[in-house]
Formats: sequence, C-alpha cells, structure tokens
Amino acid sequence: MSVMVLIPLVDALRRSFFSAVSNQFVGFQNYISVLGNSAFQLAASNTAKFIFVCIPLLLIISLVVALMLTTFQEKHGIFKTTFLMPMAIPVASIVLLWRVIFHRNGLINGLLSLLDVTSIDWIGSGAAFAVLVFAYIWKNFGYDMVLWLSGISAINPALYEAAQIDGAGSIKRLIKITLPNLLPTLFTVTVLSLLNSFKVFREAYLIAGSYPDNSIYMLQHLFNNWYSSLDVDKMCAGAVMMAFIVFTLIMLLQKIMSGGDGS
Amino acid sequence: MKKIFICLFLFMIAAFVWVPLWMLSSGTLMGPGELSENLAPVLESGDGFAAWPIFAFYPTFQAYAELLFDTPQFFNVFWNSCKQVFPIILGHIVLGAPAAWAFARFDFRGKKVLYTLYIVLMLMPFQVTMVSSYLVLNKLGLIDTAWAIILPGAASTLPVFIMTRFFMTIPGAVTEAAAVDGASPIQTFLRLGIPLGAPGILSAVVLGFLEYWNAMEAPQAFLKDQTLWPLSLYMANITADNAGVSLIASLITLMPPLLIFMFGQKYLEQGIISSGMKD
Repeated sequence: MSVMVLIPLVDALRRSFFSAVSNQFVGFQNYISVLGNSAFQLAASNTAKFIFVCIPLLLIISLVVALMLTTFQEKHGIFKTTFLMPMAIPVASIVLLWRVIFHRNGLINGLLSLLDVTSIDWIGSGAAFAVLVFAYIWKNFGYDMVLWLSGISAINPALYEAAQIDGAGSIKRLIKITLPNLLPTLFTVTVLSLLNSFKVFREAYLIAGSYPDNSIYMLQHLFNNWYSSLDVDKMCAGAVMMAFIVFTLIMLLQKIMSGGDGS
Repeated sequence: MKKIFICLFLFMIAAFVWVPLWMLSSGTLMGPGELSENLAPVLESGDGFAAWPIFAFYPTFQAYAELLFDTPQFFNVFWNSCKQVFPIILGHIVLGAPAAWAFARFDFRGKKVLYTLYIVLMLMPFQVTMVSSYLVLNKLGLIDTAWAIILPGAASTLPVFIMTRFFMTIPGAVTEAAAVDGASPIQTFLRLGIPLGAPGILSAVVLGFLEYWNAMEAPQAFLKDQTLWPLSLYMANITADNAGVSLIASLITLMPPLLIFMFGQKYLEQGIISSGMKD
C-alpha cells in the first residue's frame, strides 16, 4: 500500500533534478529557479510567519482552556463538546459567515463604526492574516485541547496530594507539577499542530480565493498555481524541499523536547 | 469565586462557537427580501454595514423550499460528496484494518522501517504528494473521475496508525488462546480482532469522515469537471447573490459531520489521543 505512494515520491525526487521539457539532467537548476522566484519567497515567508504566530497562540489557548476545564469539573461535558464542535464543522459551511463578519461593510466594522473607529478591510488587506489566524484557531483549538487534557489526566495524582500536604498553592502546583509534566505532551501537540497547519489553505482559499491579499498568499496557493500551469519541475523541487523541511522540523523538535525531558 | 470566574471565561470562549452556529441556523429562516436587505452592504458592496438580526423578523422556509425543490444541482453535489467519502472510509476499514492488525500482531522483516515510513507519510502535507499523485493518476487515466479522490484517500496511512494503536492494546493471551483452540490467523482477526478493536476502527472512521467531508485540496487538484465536485468545493464557488440558498447549503453540509460528531464524540477524542501517542 505504501509502495503506491512511495514510488511516485521517489519519482518526484528524480524529476526535481531534470528538466520536464527536455528530460535532461539539470542538477540543482530547478531548485535555484524556485528559490529565486519572488512568489515563492513571499509564500514561504508568509507560511513561516503563519506557523510562528499561529502555533504558539493555538498551543497557549488550548492549554489554558484545558487547564480551566480540569479545574472546573462540573459541566465538563457541555464545554468540552462545545469546544470540539468546530472540528466537525466543514470550513465550507462556516466561511460564508466569516465573509459576512469580516467584510469591509461587514458586522465587525458595523460594530466598530458605532464606536467611531474607521473601518478596516479585513479580508482585502494585511488584516487578512489576522482573520486567517482567527479562523484557523477557531477550528483547531478543540483538537489540541483534547491532547492536553489527556496529558493532564496522565499526571500522577499522588504528586498533587504530596504538594498539597506540603502546602503548595494552586498556582505553585500548576508551575511545579502540571507544566513540567506536560512537556512530552508539548511535543506531540506541537508536531500535530504543525502538520495540521498546512490545511489552513482551506480557510485561506474559501475566504479569499486563489489570489488573496499578499499577506495570506501561502505556499499552498503557490503550489496550486504551479499546478494549474503544470509546472512539474518547480512542483517537484518544491515538494522535495517541503518534505525535507517538514522532516527536519519534526526531528529537530524531537531532539529539543527529549533534551528538555532530561532523558 | 475562582470557579465563577473560570465559568465565565469558558462561557465567553463557548460563545465563539455558539454564536456563529446560531447565526447560521437563524439566518436560514430569513426570507430572500430580508436577507438581501441585511446583507446588501456585503454582497453588493453598497454603503452602510451588514446586519444580522438575532431572530429573523419574517421567518420563512422559502429558502429551504428553493434549495430542496429548485436546485437539483445541490443534490448532485451532495451525492458526489457521499460517493467520494463513503468508499474512502470503506477503504480505510477493508485495507487499513488488516494492515493495522499485521503491524500490531506479527513480527516480519522490515516491520520497523515500514511502520516509520507510514508515520512519515502520514505527516506529509498534501502539497508534497500532489505532483506525484497527479502523475500517477494521470497515467492511469483517472483524473476527473471520483477514483482520483477515492484511491489516494483510501490508501491514507493515518487510519492504519490509529487502528494499530488500538489493536496493540488487545492482550496477547487472548489471541494465543484462540490459536490454541485452532483458529487460523484470519479467523482470529475476524472473530477477535475486529470486535475487540472496534473502538479503534470507529475512531478512525469518525476522524476520517470529518477529514474527507471537509477535504478540498485533492478534489480541487484532481477534478476539473465541475459536475464531480463535492460540497466543499461547490460551496466555495456558490454565487453570493444567492445568500439564502448558500446558507442552507452550509447548514445541510454541516449536518452529516455534526451528527457523526454527536454520536461519536467519544471515539473522536480517543482517535485524537491515539494519533498523538509517540511510538
């Protein structure tokens, strides 16, 4: 089964060193032309920016929510269900609403105008980046929350009891017990969020189309545009680089995290 | 005191989920007149700001009737989505479960390498495999057929990974006892593996359904023929002047995954947790 995926990938690796037109070996020529491409530079920097802004935010928000859910035990069920629900909502269903809310003449600007704030074109300007981050976090924080919750529930309750006997307050328990014990969970949550973050293209595309504002022109848009023009050389070189980066990032994270573990 | 504060905070976050859902459902009851009046600033780029009443002033089922009776296209699109998603899920069960069983129960040469390979493939974003999938599908003449979505989807490695985790929790003694009683490996898998690993299979099904019902990248790349488009793509290209119909289309698109979520939340959670376990 995996052979079905693997052979084509190796083929893509081979192709990335050849010219699609003449089928000649061109060395790193394809890579150089991709890296020199201004659309690629824009897309790569936007994607990197998105990852660096969105993932920390996502991790923090979902962790805070998970910790609060743990403290606030009673109605666990309702809140947890609520927070997971966006996962079940297809991006296509909710995007019309985001458009109405964030449009130049939309609901948010309507509210802002009541406060005498000048309207912002949320989707057609640099603010689109914020909209994208919001839409992405909205859909995905429940997923991370579940991972955090499972991490929290795996912490040995005896630790808390011992701390309580020693007179540690709830904040001290949080800093000394909960957070250090969640480090291994941090690795998984980060990796999974990183990989899921590539799916943000759905939001970006549905909100703003194939050629959105420059601030949210992502690698995924670029791949799609290469794809429509059947730019096989560039796509292969791009895919190889992307695979390489994803792989390195995961390995790097694993190294950092296991270093933090002290193991 | 602290509890009240936390409760308020959780309510605030929950409102971010409840309000959009409420707006979506109440919006479907607005008549075309009311809707276009409210949304004119957004749809026609006129002046003023859009409005969204908490309740429709003149609730009507007109938009529902229009979608259900006057938009045969919508049924076609809905059916397309089903035709693509259900075979993929079936593929996950038929191909993925035995593979997962093999990973969890048997030792064979290259198992470790193969398993690592599965994880790496699982982690790769769609864009990495897009070109190579295209080249293969094109060679097989499958571009612009539902198979272009179904085959790569069914061969996805994530469900294998999830099911393997669940199968591994079945105690070895159980399967050994079956072997002593003379059950063949296939019988053991069918009679013991499937029932005992059912939560894992269900978790993979729930996660798979939510993922593929929402999928956009693959259909967008491999389906040029608009009559084959699934809901997610159709919704992206629905014209804004038909806001009433597209609202209801949104709501109907939302129903199947929401139902699955409501009945399968437990499995969804287990699936997420097991997808997060390190090996």
